[in-house]
Amino acid sequence: MPISCVEEKQVLTVRLTGEVDHHAAKGLMAALAEEIDTALPRQLELDMSGVTFMDSSGIAVVLRSWKRMRELGGAMVLRAVPPYAVKVLKAAGVDKLIEIK
Amino acid sequence: MRPTNEVKLTFLSRSANEGFARTAAACFAAQLDPTLDEVNDVKTAVSEAVTNCIVHAYPDKLGTVTMRLRLFEDNTLEILVKDSGVGIPDVEKARKPLFTTGGDERSGMGFTIMESFMDNLKVRSQPGKGTTVIMRRRISRRLGI
Repeated sequence: MPISCVEEKQVLTVRLTGEVDHHAAKGLMAALAEEIDTALPRQLELDMSGVTFMDSSGIAVVLRSWKRMRELGGAMVLRAVPPYAVKVLKAAGVDKLIEIK
Repeated sequence: MRPTNEVKLTFLSRSANEGFARTAAACFAAQLDPTLDEVNDVKTAVSEAVTNCIVHAYPDKLGTVTMRLRLFEDNTLEILVKDSGVGIPDVEKARKPLFTTGGDERSGMGFTIMESFMDNLKVRSQPGKGTTVIMRRRISRRLGI
């Protein structure tokens, strides 16, 4: 699961690509945690435009980053989320916790 | 009601097979001419069921997972996912949203997703013997173009 990051004015944008399932989740969680703890951003933006599949493992990935950002006193938004991933996030009520742009 | 078509696949409980299982289910379901949304729903539900086997049924070893796919005349797709793993002591509890024994690497939303993406879901489990999940989804009939 490749991720790519851009940091500007304390906003860390991380682009996720590929299939976000249990097989990919562990590596993804570790990579995201490292990026967040290195950048210590004010805001985390997860760009999900390159996500081709997502199941409930993706919810855990998103929630873990959200918890870390809360601990740091920062905010988090989800961007360019494909419709099938929106459906999974909404089924779990994640849209009530995190803004989906 | 007898199925009009059926396949059965058996594979090891390796996480690399999650992608294989959902893609195989999507390919088989293609016979019903599903919409893209329907295909995605089926793939997501299969992914949840198979991931449960890999994470929970066989926590410390590799085991086998069987997936049986059936089509019926009324355009229903039936998916059965079966393991011979540790089983679920309390199925009702396990089906509740956010319940997980998998720590914070898991969301506890697997059964909730299966329920909301499929028309119905049955879970049978016997501790020490294994778990069988059966879910059905009726695929809408579309007029030919």
